[in-house]
Amino acid sequence: MSELGIVYALLGAAVAVLLSGTGSAIGVGIAGQAASGVVTEDPSKFAKVLIIQLLPGTQGLYGLLIGFITLSKIGVLGGGLADLSIQTGLLILAACLPIGVVGLLSAIAQGKTAAAAIGIVAKKPDQFGKAMLFPAMVETYAILALLISFLSVSGIQV
Amino acid sequence: MSNTKYTYAVARIRALETSLLTDASIEQLLACKTVEQALQFLVEKGWGGASSGQDMDKVLEAEEEKTWRVIRDVAPDMSVFDVLSYPKLYHNLKAAVKAVCTQTQNGHLFYDDCPISGEEMLRIVENKDFSRLPGKMSQTAAEALDTLLHTGDGQLCDILIDKAALEAISEAGKRSGEKIIEDYADTTVAIADIRIAVRSQKTGKSAEFMRSAMAQCSGISVDQLIKAALSGMDEIAQYLEGTSYAGGADALRESPSAFERWCDNRMIETMKPQKYETFSVGPLLGYLIARENEIKTVRIILTGKQNHFPDNAIRERIREMYV
Repeated sequence: MSELGIVYALLGAAVAVLLSGTGSAIGVGIAGQAASGVVTEDPSKFAKVLIIQLLPGTQGLYGLLIGFITLSKIGVLGGGLADLSIQTGLLILAACLPIGVVGLLSAIAQGKTAAAAIGIVAKKPDQFGKAMLFPAMVETYAILALLISFLSVSGIQV
Repeated sequence: MSNTKYTYAVARIRALETSLLTDASIEQLLACKTVEQALQFLVEKGWGGASSGQDMDKVLEAEEEKTWRVIRDVAPDMSVFDVLSYPKLYHNLKAAVKAVCTQTQNGHLFYDDCPISGEEMLRIVENKDFSRLPGKMSQTAAEALDTLLHTGDGQLCDILIDKAALEAISEAGKRSGEKIIEDYADTTVAIADIRIAVRSQKTGKSAEFMRSAMAQCSGISVDQLIKAALSGMDEIAQYLEGTSYAGGADALRESPSAFERWCDNRMIETMKPQKYETFSVGPLLGYLIARENEIKTVRIILTGKQNHFPDNAIRERIREMYV
C-alpha cells in the first residue's frame, strides 16, 4: 500500500469542495450586494431577489456532492481506508478537478449575471421569469462539469 | 475580475430609476391647467419634503438635496464626482472676485452645496489667500482678480474663469480613470465650446476672444469651430454636421431654444447606455444627470405655467427624459 495514494485522493475531495465553495461564496456575495441595494429601496422585492441571489450557490453543493462521493469511495467515511496506489489516488484527484475549477469560475460569473438580473427585477418585476433565465444559463456548464466529475469518480475502480 | 465595488450602489440606483419621471408623466404635468395642479401632481409622485408644502422652489430644492443624499449614501468614493462640483465652485470664485472688486455684499450670489462655500471663497479672495484653492484654481483666481482690478472688464474676467472651469472639468475627467466620467467631461466641454461659438457669432466677437474662451476637447476642433463661427451661423451648423454633435446643426437652424434643449438632450444621450451597466460608476452619474435634467424640465414647466406661457412655448423647451 502506498501512503501517498490516499493523500492524493483526499486532496481531490478537498479541491472539489474548496474551489467550488469559494466560487459560490463570491458569487452569492456579489449577487447579495445587488439584492441589498434593491431591498433598501423596495423591500417588497425581497423574495424575488433572494431566489436570484441563491443561484450561484449551487456550485458549492455540486462540489460538496463530489467531495462526499470521493470520501465514501476511499473509505474516509464509514471507516477502513481503502488501499490506494499512487496512480489511483491521482486518478481520483484528476476526476475532482472539473467541478472544482469550473465550479469556481462559473459561480463567480453567475454571481455577476445574477447581480445584473437583479437589476431587471428592480426595474421590471413582472419580468422575473426572464431575469432568472440569464444566470441559470451559466449553471449549464457547472452541471456539465459535475457530470464528468461524477462519472469519473464513480468509474475509478478502488 | 472586474470591479464589483459599485454592485450595491448600482442595484439601489436601478430601484430608484423606477421613480424617475417618464415622458408620459411630463405630458401629464403639461396637461395640468394651473401651477397648483402641477405641484399637486408632483407631490403625489413623492416630490418635495415634509416642510416644502406647495412652495415650488422648496419642492425643487428638496428634490436636489434628495438626489445628492442618495449618491453620498451609496457611492464608495465621492472624488469621482468632483467633476460635477466644478461649475459651482468656479461660479463661487467668479462671484467672489466681482464682489471684492466692486465692494458689494450679497449672500445670494453663491452656491453653498460645493466644496468651498461662498463665505469661505469671499474670505480667500479678500485676503488673497489663493493657496487654499485646489490645483490650478489658485493661479486662475489671482489672474482673474488682477485682470478685473486693472482693466475693469467683467467679461474678460468671466471668460478667464469659465475657461479654467472647463479645463478643470476636462482634466478631472481624464484623472478619474472612468470612461463615462471622461465622456461626460468631454461632452460638457464640447457643448460649452459650441455655445461659445454660437453666442460669439451672434455678438460678432473676434477669433482671439473665442480662442481665449474655448477649451480643448476631443470631439470638436476649436480652430475649425472658430473659423466656422467667423463665417456665420450656417457654417457652424455645417461644421457640426461632420462631428458627433450633428444633432446640434438642426437645432441651431430651428431656434435658439431648440438649440439649448439639444445641448441638454445630447448629455442625456451620452448617459443613456449607463442604464444597462451593472458594475461601474456610470449608472450613478447617469442618475445624477437624469435627476438634474428632470428637475430643470419641471422648473421650466412650472415657471411657464406660473407666467401663463402658451403650451407650445413650454413644449418647445421640454428636455428628453433618461428613462
